[in-house]
Amino acid sequence: MANNSGNMARSFLQVASTEEVAPSLRVVQIEGLVILKIIKHCKEFSPALVTGQLLGLDVGSVLEVTNCFPFPIREEDEEIEADGANYQLEMMRCLREVNVDNNTVGWYQSTLLGSFQTVELIETFMNYQENIRRCVCIIYDPSRSNQGVLALKALKLSDAFMELYRSNNFTGEKLRERNLSWVDIFEEIPIKVSNSALISAFMTELEADSPITQCDYDRLQLSTNPFMERNVEFLIECMDELSMEQQKFQFYYRNLSRQQAQQQAWLQKRRSENMARKAAGEDPLPEEDPSNPIFKPIPEPSRLDSFLITNQIANFCNQINGVSGQSFNRLYLMKALQDS
Amino acid sequence: MAASEHTVLQFTPTQSSTSLSAKVHPLVIFNICDCYVRRPDQAERVIGTLLGSVLPDGTVDIRNSYAVPHNESSDQVALDIDYHHNMLLSLQKVNPKEVIVGWYSTGLGVTGGSALIHEFYSREVPNPIHLTVDTGFRNGEGTIKAYVSVNLSLGDRQLAAQFQEIPVDLRMVEAERVGFDILKTPMVDKIPSDLEGMEASMQRLLALIDDVYKYVDDVVEGHVASDSSIGRFISETVASLPKLSPSAFDKLVNDSLQDHLLLLYLSSITRTQLSLAEKLNTAAQIL
Repeated sequence: MANNSGNMARSFLQVASTEEVAPSLRVVQIEGLVILKIIKHCKEFSPALVTGQLLGLDVGSVLEVTNCFPFPIREEDEEIEADGANYQLEMMRCLREVNVDNNTVGWYQSTLLGSFQTVELIETFMNYQENIRRCVCIIYDPSRSNQGVLALKALKLSDAFMELYRSNNFTGEKLRERNLSWVDIFEEIPIKVSNSALISAFMTELEADSPITQCDYDRLQLSTNPFMERNVEFLIECMDELSMEQQKFQFYYRNLSRQQAQQQAWLQKRRSENMARKAAGEDPLPEEDPSNPIFKPIPEPSRLDSFLITNQIANFCNQINGVSGQSFNRLYLMKALQDS
Repeated sequence: MAASEHTVLQFTPTQSSTSLSAKVHPLVIFNICDCYVRRPDQAERVIGTLLGSVLPDGTVDIRNSYAVPHNESSDQVALDIDYHHNMLLSLQKVNPKEVIVGWYSTGLGVTGGSALIHEFYSREVPNPIHLTVDTGFRNGEGTIKAYVSVNLSLGDRQLAAQFQEIPVDLRMVEAERVGFDILKTPMVDKIPSDLEGMEASMQRLLALIDDVYKYVDDVVEGHVASDSSIGRFISETVASLPKLSPSAFDKLVNDSLQDHLLLLYLSSITRTQLSLAEKLNTAAQIL
């Protein structure tokens, strides 16, 4: 009724009363500067794993990352905790003075061959999520970048998973209810790269004349054996862990069924006792006895670890596939060259 | 020493008495441009500190930079020294090997105020490098120049200090790794995946080979004067292909192909196993 004046004019009351629904995050827009900084930091300290903070703006369905700064390597000392917080405050203050966006939008970390799905990652996500509405984690893999691929990924925990994690309940039933499987834990968000006009002008001018760059040299290299070997090694380790987790489950199920059998037996005994008592005219005993240890419910092991491991394995498999594909290309190219 | 309108002293490269040269990483240029774009409205140029290290052969490797707020009026320059020290301390916590090696400013030449700033920096570092990045593109291109201060003396008396230009080497290796396509355009929709990158590389290789073919054809037909050094280079490259009999080569290629196929098979089995395991884990119901 109030809309017959057209969609343009909405009364103030209307606007104020409609709830703003945050559009879901669809794209992460990173500046070239941030990419270079992340690469430099991760490469300098590789193979150690390093982290850093991302700064930027949250605009609609796009999360813009405009700057970042690295974190110093944390010792295991407790008193350095306060130092870490101080460092962060100091950096943000200094960057504010030069007009850099002072808004934390997430963090980045480097990884080794893609084995980043750990419980710590999830916990860090939850920590960040409490303070910031939308945060993202960027994972960079310096070892893969030696193959000529820019291995940059933007990750976010899916909402369904976050709720489940908060309730700390990972039993099979809950997961079936939500229809949540291991692919639903992390959501990968596509990355867009943007550069200011000044930078593009400079880069256009500074580009070397020859069309072939270092990137191509890396890509066309024939030997991928070391990389594949390490990938397969990690894969084997993960499979071992997965089989251990599965054994845990089997153990649990066996215990559970044994316990149920015991419960049934006890119940039968109780019933026959009760019949005897009724015949003797005494009160029947209760059919349950919570103090009996066979009634104690066995806790179901959490499936979080197995999910994470499964994720990692899937990642390794994907990487192997990707590298194999590239190698096929290279081998065929070599063959064609040799023939001609 | 400063005039009301900027007198720009442009130095042509003279023979430098020192063998100093500077290597600049692309990150520094990105940083400088970003700071320039974000500068406060009343400032005409941006000034900041350069961080890096001095390599054993004397070249200065400039790896990082940060902007320092400053105030510049016609006759004085004020630099926020506290900020400079704070940032330095913070950044050194991350990477203690990076030390101050100089300072930068945007704009083409060296102005009067720069001498004062250079003096300040020479108190921090024995021989600071002054880098100018022309964001105004005054000469029609973005010039990046580096200077060191050389003392002019007559006998025993110090007359003045002169900004002498030193060669700058722009090491764009990292930028190349990321790919100039990503860094050049104002907006890239997505990062190229493995196969797309492979395709691009192979196309570039093909283009190169075509160029070489064309060149050789031209030389043979006499269109282009032959250059013996290029010819030698080409023949060396062709000769560097290992001489294998076709059967040996086929065997090599097929072995590699089989290895990779095996790995692919392994990973497919693993994935099947994963989905099976997951079904077993979550689908099992207790009655």
